[in-house]
Amino acid sequence: MTMIKRASVVIIGGGIIGCSIAYNLAKMGCKNIILLEKNSLASGATGRCGAGIRQQFGTEMNCILARESIKIFENLSQELDYDIELNQGGYLMLAYTEKEVNQFKKNVALEQSLGIDVRYITVKKAKEIVPPLNTEGVLAATFCPTDGHANPFNTNFAYAEAAQRLGVKIYNFTEVREIKTENNRIVSVSTDKGEVLTPIVINAAGGYSGEIGKMAGVEIPVYSQRHQILITEPVDPLFKPMLMSFSRNFYCQQTPHGSIIMGFGDPDEPKGHDIGTSWQFARDMAQKMTAVVPLLKEVSMVRQWSGLYNMSPDSQPIVGEHPQVNGFYMAVGFSGHGFMLAPVASRLMAELILKGKTSIPIDRLDIGRFERGELIIEPSVV
Amino acid sequence: MKDETIICRCEDVTWGEIRQALEKGYTTLDEIKRVTRAGMGRCQGTTCRRIILREIAKFCHKSIEEVTIPTFRPPTKPVKLGTLAGDDDD
Ligand SMILES: Cc1cc2nc3c(=O)[nH]c(=O)nc-3n(C[C@H](O)[C@H](O)[C@H](O)COP(=O)(O)OP(=O)(O)OC[C@H]3O[C@@H](n4cnc5c(N)ncnc54)[C@H](O)[C@@H]3O)c2cc1C
Ligand code: FES
Repeated sequence: MTMIKRASVVIIGGGIIGCSIAYNLAKMGCKNIILLEKNSLASGATGRCGAGIRQQFGTEMNCILARESIKIFENLSQELDYDIELNQGGYLMLAYTEKEVNQFKKNVALEQSLGIDVRYITVKKAKEIVPPLNTEGVLAATFCPTDGHANPFNTNFAYAEAAQRLGVKIYNFTEVREIKTENNRIVSVSTDKGEVLTPIVINAAGGYSGEIGKMAGVEIPVYSQRHQILITEPVDPLFKPMLMSFSRNFYCQQTPHGSIIMGFGDPDEPKGHDIGTSWQFARDMAQKMTAVVPLLKEVSMVRQWSGLYNMSPDSQPIVGEHPQVNGFYMAVGFSGHGFMLAPVASRLMAELILKGKTSIPIDRLDIGRFERGELIIEPSVV
Repeated sequence: MKDETIICRCEDVTWGEIRQALEKGYTTLDEIKRVTRAGMGRCQGTTCRRIILREIAKFCHKSIEEVTIPTFRPPTKPVKLGTLAGDDDD
């Protein structure tokens, strides 16, 4: 496909964030949108992620965003006419320390006040929900039955194909190399396949969003960090919910297809773009999870891989227009929860661009918060 | 080839599903994997990878070499989590 000369919006990045923004903009009537992806769709973090979706957070804004995202996810297969394999088996969050117990109680009170169906439960109840769970060390748990996960490839492709049906042009294997500005306004985007004039650029480049910022002449305070993950052979259903612990640092989920996905964040992981895998990770992961669900000892790992978290100083996304460059929008820094937030974040981004205001307030997610020192303190993120 | 023909046995993916993905414009091995799951099974593509590459090449009128990704790393053998964790004795 040869590059068109002029577009009304250029989106950089064909992950879930870029594709969902493309779809929502087109759905709201915006014409002449193009999306540029240097590799192929879902080749970045999206196609490498755990695809967990939860509403259990510790700040009001995150709870509301996640709650609204779940509502969209629940109808997304119909809306986009593509099965995203949404599986609402719940999230079982395990508390292993007193500090966590206190935090979970606070979170549950907040979440319930916002209409999220979540409960603080005893160890006995947790065992009923996940019979193979080893409850040693578990002090309490919280459970939200409408949390879950979806198939990240399907969700990414579902948004991309729906966007294309609405006229969005997607250019794969097209790398953005340069962004031109004039008098603090976006003018054009250059790629290895040609240049396109545009007044609006949306940075949805995930782990490379900082580099895209530099092309537009701005510093975005994000960095990337590898997160490793592994998958087992498919086995009979063992448990329904996503199992997660902050203090023991793991998450683990069984897909509808039977394979079990698990990961943890290495606190010593250096910043950078390395997406290799390590033998130590597989060993540590196996040790962690076989302790929590001993039955897993008999299940075989078939593959391991890694992807990039794009981190911001408060592990919360940066969403909005850059104050110094007109027409330069960012949807970056989603750290470990960009998949679950994509449906709502993309809708709000489209509203912001086309109407200048959003139906749910997200002004606090602006890039200016770091300079103002107004970081968002979210206790429940990895 | 018939649409019903199974190309990836581990994941039960038929030629029909792969053909549809190709027709939609997913023409690399990675994309076919992500769209259909072919090659993601227990054998990690040892059995089906060559057939899929051959079909991609045919569909795109290219040679197998052109559609092969040079950096492909051979799959590791499935290994029990218990073994990985280091407690082989129970
Ligand atoms: C191991 C792991 C587990 C995770 N688990 C979860 C989870 O359970 N739940 C959850 O919500 N989130 C999870 N995440 C986080 C989630 O994957 C990300 O937040 C989300 O996928 C970000 O989407 P994105 O579209 O911004 O980025 P990406 O999917 O990375 O897409 C960005 C795209 O931009 C492209 N690009 C970059 N530079 C250029 C350029 N110069 N020109 C053109 N294109 C370019 C890239 O090729 C890439 O395809 C996890 C992440 C990892 C790594
Ligand atoms: S036959 Fe396709 S993965 Fe084994």
